Amino acid sequence: MQAFQYKKANDVDGAIGAGSTAGLKFVAGGTTLIDLMKLNVERPTMVMDINSLPLTKIEKTADGGLRIGAMVRNSDLAHDLTVQKGYPVLSQALLSGASPQLRNMASTGGNLLQRTRCYYFRDTAYPCNKRNPGSGCSAIDGYNRIHAVLGTSEHCIATHPSDMAVAMVALEASVQVKGSNGERTVPLKDFYFVPGSTPNRENVLAPGELIMSVTLPRLADGTRSYYLKRRDRASYEFALASAAVVAQMQGRRFQRIRIALGGVGTKPWRSTEAETVLESHEASAQNFRKASEAALSGAKAMHDNAFKIELAKRTLVRALTVVTSAA
Amino acid sequence: MSSSIVGQAVTRIDGRLKVTGQAAYGVEHRIQNVAHGVGVSSTIANGRIVRIDTSEAEKMPGVLAILHHGNFDRMYRPAGSLEEMSRPGESRPPFEDENVYYYGQFVALVIANTFEQAQDAASHVRVQYEAKRPFVRLEQVPAPNKSPDTQSSRGNAEAALQQGPVKLDATYVTPVETHNPMEMHGTIAAWEGDKLTLYETTQGVVNHHNVASQVLGMPPESIHIVSPFVGSGFGCKLFPWPHSWLAAAGARHVKRPVKVAVPRTLMFTTVGHRPLVQQHVRLAATQDGKLVAMMNDVLQHTSVVDEYLENCVDATSMLYSCPNVKAQQYEVPLNVGTPTPMRGPGRTPALFALESAMDELAIKLNMDPLELRLRNYAEKDESSGKPWSSKHLRDAYQKGAERFGWSKRNPKVGSMRKGNEILGWGMATCTWPCHAAGADVRVRLLSDGSAHASCATQDIGTGTYTVFAEIVSDKTGLPVEKVKVALGDSSLPPGPTSGGSAATASVVPAISKATENAIQAVIKAASKAPQGPFHGIDPKQLKMTQGRIHIVDKSPDSGVPFQEILASQHLVGLDGKATSGREHRSYPGDPGPEREKYSIHSFGAHFCEVAFDPEIVRLRVTRWLSVIDGGRIINQKTARNQILGAVVMGIGMGMLEETVYDPRTGHPINNNFADYMVAVNADVPEMECIFLDYPDTVLNEYGARGIGEIGLTGCASAITSATYHATGIRVRELPIRIEKLLASA
Ligand SMILES: Cc1cc2nc3c(=O)[nH]c(=O)nc-3n(C[C@H](O)[C@H](O)[C@H](O)COP(=O)(O)OP(=O)(O)OC[C@H]3O[C@@H](n4cnc5c(N)ncnc54)[C@H](O)[C@@H]3O)c2cc1C
Ligand code: SF4
Repeated sequence: MQAFQYKKANDVDGAIGAGSTAGLKFVAGGTTLIDLMKLNVERPTMVMDINSLPLTKIEKTADGGLRIGAMVRNSDLAHDLTVQKGYPVLSQALLSGASPQLRNMASTGGNLLQRTRCYYFRDTAYPCNKRNPGSGCSAIDGYNRIHAVLGTSEHCIATHPSDMAVAMVALEASVQVKGSNGERTVPLKDFYFVPGSTPNRENVLAPGELIMSVTLPRLADGTRSYYLKRRDRASYEFALASAAVVAQMQGRRFQRIRIALGGVGTKPWRSTEAETVLESHEASAQNFRKASEAALSGAKAMHDNAFKIELAKRTLVRALTVVTSAA
Repeated sequence: MSSSIVGQAVTRIDGRLKVTGQAAYGVEHRIQNVAHGVGVSSTIANGRIVRIDTSEAEKMPGVLAILHHGNFDRMYRPAGSLEEMSRPGESRPPFEDENVYYYGQFVALVIANTFEQAQDAASHVRVQYEAKRPFVRLEQVPAPNKSPDTQSSRGNAEAALQQGPVKLDATYVTPVETHNPMEMHGTIAAWEGDKLTLYETTQGVVNHHNVASQVLGMPPESIHIVSPFVGSGFGCKLFPWPHSWLAAAGARHVKRPVKVAVPRTLMFTTVGHRPLVQQHVRLAATQDGKLVAMMNDVLQHTSVVDEYLENCVDATSMLYSCPNVKAQQYEVPLNVGTPTPMRGPGRTPALFALESAMDELAIKLNMDPLELRLRNYAEKDESSGKPWSSKHLRDAYQKGAERFGWSKRNPKVGSMRKGNEILGWGMATCTWPCHAAGADVRVRLLSDGSAHASCATQDIGTGTYTVFAEIVSDKTGLPVEKVKVALGDSSLPPGPTSGGSAATASVVPAISKATENAIQAVIKAASKAPQGPFHGIDPKQLKMTQGRIHIVDKSPDSGVPFQEILASQHLVGLDGKATSGREHRSYPGDPGPEREKYSIHSFGAHFCEVAFDPEIVRLRVTRWLSVIDGGRIINQKTARNQILGAVVMGIGMGMLEETVYDPRTGHPINNNFADYMVAVNADVPEMECIFLDYPDTVLNEYGARGIGEIGLTGCASAITSATYHATGIRVRELPIRIEKLLASA
């Protein structure tokens, strides 16, 4: 870890004001940032503590949606009654992630911005285009069992590891960010970039821009949702494949459906292809399989992760089965 | 001994200290003025250091010294196998020369005032290497062209194999596993003049002491090893590793105590691991399931600097009755740190292969796998020809089968269901050889009515403190709370390494004898005490019960508390000392050297259920039963804890654990607890453990055998056999992973 300055932000403007300082990083729960600082992967010269900012509310929006402050802890969000009742997919995704101790620290904003678990990204002895642009990708010819099959490029194949973000993408969430140029709202599906030739650029945030909140739109009455995560052990492991499904049914037909996949994409992976297969169609085993084929049609396997393609399909089929059979 | 505390479920006497955080583990000792050493470790696995540039790091705040092969004190290689109790983990002292043999080898040590300063400066030491291609996988190196490192044979296995009507030929692989005890390695070294104290976390205080004296070239009396509490070791703390010598040399250099804590990442490189083992097993049997030939060709890796044998030959030749057996094993050096015993070394990989092969053979024979074991039951140890000291494996099979409901097993693959899930049932044998090493124990009966027992052996979390207290309590009649125990300190009478499940069996006879000797000393004092009630009475007519000295055929109530006798003589206390060991007769009727006439092993059986959700390829262990024939159980609680803990580890071995080396660098890339999977609570089902509790008096008076390791042997094959039963897929290369099961549905 390299030496750094530490400052505590007392209000949002103070935090943003410091935003243009080179080498600045905000710290929320610190479960990603401090970890990577210890590994010398993150090397901020100034750490701005945003834990005192008044961004800790979960509140109804005027149009019946839900606004979640950036500093709401993952545990609090997962156990919030409105979330559990109205957006079970989000609660399930959160509770499937990390451990209780980590979730008590982890914040909503920090969770969106957690970095990949690619082994080579986390070890400075290796070339890595994401950490050190232009140095090469060590994973493509390395051990890549946990890497992505969707949205990859010849420069990077790392997954975005968040569970929460996958549920939020399926919920069509948007992110409110604030910087020295003011406030703006970005749909979460457009918030992340695929790696392309610049895997170091992961999202739309400008330097010093602060995530203020995440807003979930109101869901139509009777909407069902579900998150299913597959991994080697039963708990405390990142997803090898996961699926978030938010569905509004009309009898046995999908009136509206949103699907996102985790553990397989270079970003939380919204699958409009799968949605198209299902929307206004019957909920049936055959259609589920068709949708899952569509979702993974663009998948590209590496040496060790081919199984993820089939695993993701099955995970999606099961999630669809559960969501449509719920009482 | 019916009312004896021995054999009951006794709470650990050190439990309170541990759960309240008062027990000081290795690097937790508070030492004044301690400086911090942080290692720089190699990022190549094969080659040499061309240049170490410390100029930038030296100028950083708080840095006291940077040591490396260019400026390091001379050290020596330890005696190793040339002497008893002188075994290092890695025989090459740190910084011996510029060569690099494995990734994560220490190449420099930065010492600074604070840990943070040392850490920061360590990341600014620039090391330039000349790297050669590393060899970290068996398939990268040619097959060994030498005579086997170990072998065993009887009859003519090759010929018999040709004729056996039913044959099995399969290769099984157990991957590299890393011990990963909760408490990481670490050392604090403190000099006082030319005397050195090493605060350690070790499974072998005495061995560490001997090796330190050799490596550092110092007389043994100048070195003191302190290791009162150990946060487990699973084998990786049996023998000392280079960081201990780095701390000692560093502290001498900066003239201050130095603490070197090994980080989790280096727990994967420089403190041992279980090597990869590949076993080519061939079996032949008659149509009715009698084994006629067994062959096992074993290949394992070791490091470039040391030999290390993960012996799978012994188990192959002793487990079953079979006239023709041939097993041979080869070590192949790779660019990895030196492997070291990990819980159940040898037997654990061996039984994965053998018990899997037996399950596969049973399927070929269309026979129940338990029945196949019974048909090949070894009535004696056919590898040595010796009778068993005490073997009740048949009992274990039967009790286990009844309790588990084995007779309800439908052998057809995928035939048993529960809701949407397919159930699979599997079983396997487990076994562990029993040893006992030497131990010296001192027991003092004190005039305050308490007892104090001491020995240099250590409690690695298994309950050794409590074993001491229980035996002293049993012999004296004092309550356990009145017995103080001191362990884990080289200034105490020498005791055994906590390894091979031998600690309990080694110390128990010595504790027992030492306590008796202390009691005899008090009795002597009683018969000599001029004013006392027993003056002039023949000591043979006196005994001690419930802490009271009394005449043999009178009730204890008629006697006097022992502390009163001590007090009346103005004695603070009286000692009893005793030594145990294989060569000694330590109790009346002890067969002593006769013991060599027996083959002494523990046995048992595991029964396991898995549930498989084929659509999402989810496999979980859902039920577990272990029946253990492990001699007399000294403490039901700690013994159960050992078996269940081992099974949890077995679930990890079967389904999760594997250290993955990047073949380009030799780097174990999953070197942390997020990426190296061990079983977590959610993976652990309802588990049950039954002890048969047959005392093995060939080994010691109490008939106690060690039970620390047996629980892990056989687990993985019980799981893969259950998995086959559920899925039709036989996993011969651990761990079972989603990708291996995908083909099933
Ligand atoms: C062992 C382990 C296992 C885990 N397992 C899982 C898992 O299974 N599933 C899963 O989804 N996650 C998992 N996680 C990741 C965990 O969810 C994230 O570390 C956590 O959500 C990050 O939140 P934080 O508040 O601690 O972020 P921090 O570490 O404080 O910050 C992370 C990043 O976000 C930036 N940041 C934080 N808040 C803001 C803001 N308001 N505006 C702008 N920038 C901001 C910081 O500058 C930093 O770059 C695991 C983590 C660990 C260590
Ligand atoms: S996959 Fe991406 S993060 Fe991993 S090494 Fe390649 S470039 Fe770096």
